[in-house]
Formats: sequence, structure tokens, C-alpha cells
Amino acid sequence: MSQYGEIERNFKYLNRNMPRVDAQDKATGRACYAADLSFSDMLFAGALYSPYASAKVLHIDTTKAQAVPGVVAVMTYQDLSKPFSWGYYCYMTDRIRYEGDAVAIIAAEDEQALKAGLAAIEVEYEQLTPVLTIEEALAPGAPLVHEGNPDCEGNIWKHATAFVRKGDVDEAFAKCDRVIERTYTTGNVEHAYFETEAAVAVPDKNGRMTVYTGCANPFFGRRWAADACGLPRSKTRLVQTTVGGSFGGKEELAGLVTGRAAMLAQKTGRPVKYVTSREESIRCSTKRHPFRLEYKVGVNLDGTLQAVECKLIETCGAYHMHEWMSFRTKIHAAGVYNVPNVKIDVLGVFTNTVTSGAMRGYGSPQSIFATEQLYEEVAKEIGMDALTFKKHNLLKQGDTHPCGQVMKNEIILPEMIDQICEKTDYTKKHNEYEHQTGTIRKGIGMSICHRGCGLGGESPDNSACLITVHDDGSVMCNVGLVEVGQGLQTAYTQILAEALCVDPARITVNRVDTDTVVDSGITAASRCTVMGAQSVQMAGEQMKALLIETAAKKMFHAPVEMVELKDGFFQLIGVPNAMIPWQAVCECHHWTGGQGGLLAWYSAPDVHFDAEKGCGDGFPTYTYSVVVSEIEVDTETGDVKVCKVTPAHDCGYVINPQTVTGQIYGGVAMGMGFALLEDLGMRNGHIMNSNLDKYVIASSLDMPKIEPLLFESNDPTGTYGAKSMGEPATEAIASSIVNALRNALGVEIKHIPLNKVKIFELLHK
Amino acid sequence: MITIHLTINGEPVTAEVRPDEMLVSLIRRRLGLTGTKESCCVGECGACTVILNGKAVKSCVMLAAQCDGKEVVTIEGLQLNGELHPLQRCFVEANAVQCGFCTPGFIMTALAYLSEHPNPTRDEIRSAISGNLCRCTGYEQIIDAIESYVDQTNASA
Repeated sequence: MSQYGEIERNFKYLNRNMPRVDAQDKATGRACYAADLSFSDMLFAGALYSPYASAKVLHIDTTKAQAVPGVVAVMTYQDLSKPFSWGYYCYMTDRIRYEGDAVAIIAAEDEQALKAGLAAIEVEYEQLTPVLTIEEALAPGAPLVHEGNPDCEGNIWKHATAFVRKGDVDEAFAKCDRVIERTYTTGNVEHAYFETEAAVAVPDKNGRMTVYTGCANPFFGRRWAADACGLPRSKTRLVQTTVGGSFGGKEELAGLVTGRAAMLAQKTGRPVKYVTSREESIRCSTKRHPFRLEYKVGVNLDGTLQAVECKLIETCGAYHMHEWMSFRTKIHAAGVYNVPNVKIDVLGVFTNTVTSGAMRGYGSPQSIFATEQLYEEVAKEIGMDALTFKKHNLLKQGDTHPCGQVMKNEIILPEMIDQICEKTDYTKKHNEYEHQTGTIRKGIGMSICHRGCGLGGESPDNSACLITVHDDGSVMCNVGLVEVGQGLQTAYTQILAEALCVDPARITVNRVDTDTVVDSGITAASRCTVMGAQSVQMAGEQMKALLIETAAKKMFHAPVEMVELKDGFFQLIGVPNAMIPWQAVCECHHWTGGQGGLLAWYSAPDVHFDAEKGCGDGFPTYTYSVVVSEIEVDTETGDVKVCKVTPAHDCGYVINPQTVTGQIYGGVAMGMGFALLEDLGMRNGHIMNSNLDKYVIASSLDMPKIEPLLFESNDPTGTYGAKSMGEPATEAIASSIVNALRNALGVEIKHIPLNKVKIFELLHK
Repeated sequence: MITIHLTINGEPVTAEVRPDEMLVSLIRRRLGLTGTKESCCVGECGACTVILNGKAVKSCVMLAAQCDGKEVVTIEGLQLNGELHPLQRCFVEANAVQCGFCTPGFIMTALAYLSEHPNPTRDEIRSAISGNLCRCTGYEQIIDAIESYVDQTNASA
């Protein structure tokens, strides 16, 4: 039951733990990932990559490679009728823009022949001067990453430019009591999903192409394959295999691998399997955007925020398609506070480095890191307690958001903050830790944030659900969104069971097959439960009405209003023994010509942001988080131990407490990585740590004690009132750790990730 | 090529292997036992963990030829008559599985460890699985699953 909501929530299958429907297959090793597939006569594929960050291919000779025994097909950029499918990412290219650009691909009888073939390709390059940083990319006369591209102005990608305007910042800065300026930077982060990108392309004799792969957007994957083969989408099919993690990232390289496998399958007429190595995956796949965040804040001595001006520059890397991220970044850039005057500018620049893309948070972990520390600095500047300052300026229901949106729904942050303070003894510890002198110092830090649910103003947010009820009473559910490990199939099973009033054991939620359901966009933006599942609920409710009609008209011979469906039985209201079991009605429905299935299409509420004026609505609703982290730092070695994390989340309504908690635990691990562990080492555009032995993610021994606090709120926007959870679980973790370090050490932290050496330097510079 | 004889999940297997062929390749490619996963291939992540003569090993850094005469158990060898192994059931019930790619490796590591340490503390479990990495779960529910298995096993002993 909801602690806060007034919405009646008397549900049978929601708000309770149900074992994941895919867990048995995964725990027994039966779950089939793309790399596990095998077809007779199958070939093995791989690519040859550039050793340089910026170059032109002058000459390529594949004669020796073609002569390697077992090599069946060699293709180069010269064989492509269309070099790219979407967003300029090239299947292969002779203009190298980063070290993940491929020049040739091979299909061979086995992996040994593939390796020998790739080694036998001779390429002559002309090296060009790469641009590696934001500063280099923006310098006058800088070499261009995308020369001649009308979407670029120098190295600035015009589509990533976005802004917000509210009030008059110049006037506010002139009038306010204090102005504080800070610049922060953040690094690349690797998704490190455990399944690397893999695809198996299988051609058939009728010219159709089927690709089996695990990716975040099967319809995009289909597009990559169709474009690579010159086929219409209708003759290209993508079948989603079990996905071994995505976190936003299984899209671009997954698409390229899909396309490359498909073109080799088309050329050879044989099934082709392409599995990336871990090194290839880290070298070529997208990363979290590194940002340079320049802020200027105006405040009065009474603690009231007056103005925020900021310029947030994202490193796009070599390619890009994430103009939507600038939207999310600009909406969240001033935090969850009342700011009367706002000037936010977001821009993206191309560099000859690994491409940036969607990663759990999508712009927000970077700006939260900046603002949640910055506002503590602002409070310090005016001699006010930081938490008092934040609470004083917090957005309330009915207030106008920095982007111009009136906040119509409940905002439960004050209660969340009070409870988390009580649970963690925050204020007492924070004061106590401010004046330590020993070698080992403790710190406690808080981060407060909000997150727009679903895609909102970024792009259309639609989903499709096709359900079929069979005469044996079983229910099949085909959805356009993907189980990537987050628990979508289980959440959808519970939601459909509730909407259709049927035992979840009768339901099978299938993985996506592009031949059987309608394009529902990408599995991202933590949108699949809050928004995507609304088509599942609609389909369930519509199907239930059809079955009640059958029971009423054909079995009870009574008006439909007189029949209800409850606990697996159709019941004639007011007649205690007049009950027909679920399966009998399904059977009658089938044999009497009842509509056996239906497709429900959901479109999220229209959200309008006026991009010309820079104001409007961001998202249909928001979720809220408060995280407190407690750390210990060794001032002699720079070692940081995260001891305890208390994440509080406004879940709206919890569909499955166990899977929500699982998201939170995993989000903490990833957020810790962003703050302290995960530093993608780059030298001249080359990634130095392209495997998990050198790119360090949290192990079980690094993990703190985690005590999640789940809140519910009275917000009807999402499916059954649920809100997003995947990204909220990680976005505020790093900034809470950073604030704990500030508390322990009394120093500002301008860049993450921090490692021991950087912490040592902070203390001893 | 080298001829080796070994036992995999109780079945005798004879195979011709290349000198540089890894155990994971033998298991996955030749025997089709794809429950054992390949992720880093440098012995770091533990997704490829199998039990070799009672000890958990990372099969991506173990030469197949080294396994001549030995007994290998993979995730496929745990079920009896189609029933989940009790530890697998604990993983399912504790929500210890998300994307699932690391799951078989964790289960094999835990089983090998528990065969020698039947009564570990939570901290000892945490330490025992630290050679296996997971990107989804933050490990907490994996530790819950193993702890619950230990409790059940001890309660029924």
C-alpha cells in the first residue's frame, strides 16, 4: 500500500516480489545469447581497425588475406554502396576518425583463419593530426573531424546545441549579493556490459536476411542490417537473443556488428557469426560523455538562489547521434531547485576519440556531480549550512522549474530528506567530520536530484504490445521493448496479469522479433515500465473486456455489466455459484469466433518545449532521489573506502520490490565506478585499458553497506503510478561520494573519476 | 594436435586439441556447452568459471591440454533429473540474476568454495566471490542467494 498516495492501489500482482521469469534459464546456463548460437555451415567474422586516431587510407591490398586458407570473403570500404546507416557511424571507412573505425571485414571458416586473414591485410595510411580534447577541438584552425559536413560548425555538432532561457541572468547577477563561478570536468566511462556485442546473420534463399543479436533497439538493428544489404526493412528481420546487459550502450557497435555480419552473410550466402572481443568492444563501443561544465551562480545572503548561468560542453567523440542527450542535460542542468533566472547552453564537439553515447544517466550524472557540489560551495560562500540552503531553494509542487515547466505533480523531496537525515544521522556526522586532522578521515555527503521520466521532450515515446489469448488459457505477449537484464519481462508479466486479471503463470512475455511486433523505439531513458508498459496495461484491459463479453453473452446470457473477472473466474455478479473458470471462457471465446488477440499502441503525453525561445516542458513527470554516502579516506595513501550508501528513491509505485532493490544495488556499484574507479586511460586517442584487468569496475569487496529507502508518491502519470528506476539508481551516487570526500578533506573536487593519485595530489598540492 | 581424455559433467570425453586451445573453447565450441560464458578472456571477470577437480578455475586461461585426465563440471552438470540445484534455486529466489551473463560463473565459484567451506560468514562469502565480476547486481543479492543456500543446507543437515 502506498504510504503517500491517495490513489487506491489494491492490486493482486503488483507491489510484490515475483521471481524473475528469465532467472531459471539464466541460472542454468540455458539462456541463449547471440554468441551461443550455432548454425551449420556458419562462418566467423571480424574487422580490421585503424591503428590511428585520425588518418586517411591511401591504399589497401587484400590479395594475401584472400589467399589465406579458410578465408571465404574479404570486404573493404570500397565494397560499400552506402557507408553508413545512421548518424555517420561507418560500417567501414577510408577516413579514419578514431581508432575504432574499421577498414575491412572478413568471413572465414574458423576463428584461426579469421585471425590470420585480418593479419594479412595490407593498409597504407596517411596519418593526420588528431583533435583529442574539447580545448583542441574548439581552438581556432583546429583540424576538422567531419570536414565538409553541413551539420558541423568547425568541430561543433550543431544538432547537439541546446539552450534554456528564463528571466534575465545579467540583471540578476548585477543585483544579487554574491556570484560564484566554478568549472568541473568528467571522464569517459565504459559500460562494461558482460556480454560483448555479437550477431549471427542468416540469409535465406528468398533474399531475406535474419539477424540474431542482443541489442537495446532491435528496430535500429534491423535498420543497420537492411541498409548494409540494400534490403527493405520488410525483408530484414531481427530476432533478439538474451541480452547480457546494455546500460544504454548496446546500440552503435551492436548495430555495426549486425550490419557487417549481414553484409558478409549476403555476400557468401552462408550464416555469419560476429562476436566482438572485449578489447574490440571497449575500443569501439560508445562511452559516457565526458563533460566540461562551466557554472556561474548568483545568490542573496538570505540563501535564495537568484540566477544560474552555465555552459556545458560534451565530448561527442568521433561520431554521434545523441542530440536528445542535450535536451535532457539542459532540463536538468540547474538541479531540482527554484531558480528565477536561468541561462543554460549545451553544446557538443567532435574529437578523434572514442564515440560518446547513451549510458545510464544520459548527461545527468555529470551535471549532478557539478551542481550538488557547487550549491554546497555557494552555501559556504554565504556562511549557510549547505543542507539548509538546498532545502530553502528546493522545487515544490506548483513551482516553475528552471526550464519553465510548472511542476504539477507531487514532489516528496522534503519528506525523503528528513527521513534520510534521521536514518543516517546526517547533520551530526557532517558537522563532526568537518574538522578532522588524523590520517584516516571520515566523510558523509548528500546528493539531491530529480529525473524526467521517459523520453519526454527528447523524442516521441511510443510502445506497442500485441497479446494473444489461446484456447488453452495461455497468454502470449509480444512487446517492442527489450529485456536487457533490468527485469522487463517480469515487470510486464506482473502488469499484464493485473490488467487482464490472469495468473502470471499463464503469461509468456516474448523477446522482440521485429517480424511480430511494431517498432517501439529504444530500450533506454528508464522508460519501459513508466511509459512502455502502458501499452501492456491497455492491451490487458482491452482483452479482458472482450473475454467478459464472451462470458456474458455466450455463456451466462447476461448483460456484460453483470459479469466480473476475479481470481481466475468469471463471475455473475450477485449469484454466488455462477462462476466459470478462465480457461473455459478462453476456449469458448476461440471456438465462437471471439477476437483472439489485439495490438495496443501507447503514446506518452505530448510534451512541448519551445526550442527557439528556450523554455517549456521537459518531461511528463519526474522522479526524485536523495543519496547519502559515507566514506573513509586515508590521507597518506589516497585510498577511499565507501562504507555505506543510503539511496532514497521516489519509485512512484513499486511493481516488484526485489527487482527495484536490485537496480539500486547495481546503480550504486556503477556510480562508485564513475566517482572513484573507472578511468578510461587515453593516449593520443588510444584507449590504454581495453580489458577488465586494467579497466577496473567494482568487485564484491569494494561494495559498501547499502540501505535503500523506497518511497511511493501520488502521481498518476506512469503505469499504475510507477516511475523510472534504472537511471535514478546510479545518477546521484558519484556526487554523494564526492560531497562525502569534500566533507572529509575540506577540498573541492573539480574532476571525476578520482583515483588514489589524484586524491593524493588534491591533498598535497 | 594433442589427444586428451577427460571427464565433463560425468561423461568421458576424448578430444584432439590445439596446443594453444583454451578449456573454454573446448567446452563451448566443440562440446556445445554454452552455459559457460566468455567475457574478458584474460582471466579477470570469472564468467567462464568451471570446476576442475573440485576447484573453481577460469577456463579462458586454462589450456585444454592441461586438463588431460581431469574432471570438469560446468553449469550444465548441476541439475539432477531436470531439477534446479538448490543453489540455482536460491539465485532465482534472491533475485541474484539480472542480465545473467555472469551468473553461471558465480554459481560455479560459490559451489567450489562451499564444498571446502560449508559454513562461511557473509564477509567470507563476499571475499570468496571477489574474483568474479558483475556489472548489474552490485553483488548484494548474489551474496544473499549464497547465504540463503548455506542456511538451508545447514538447516537440513
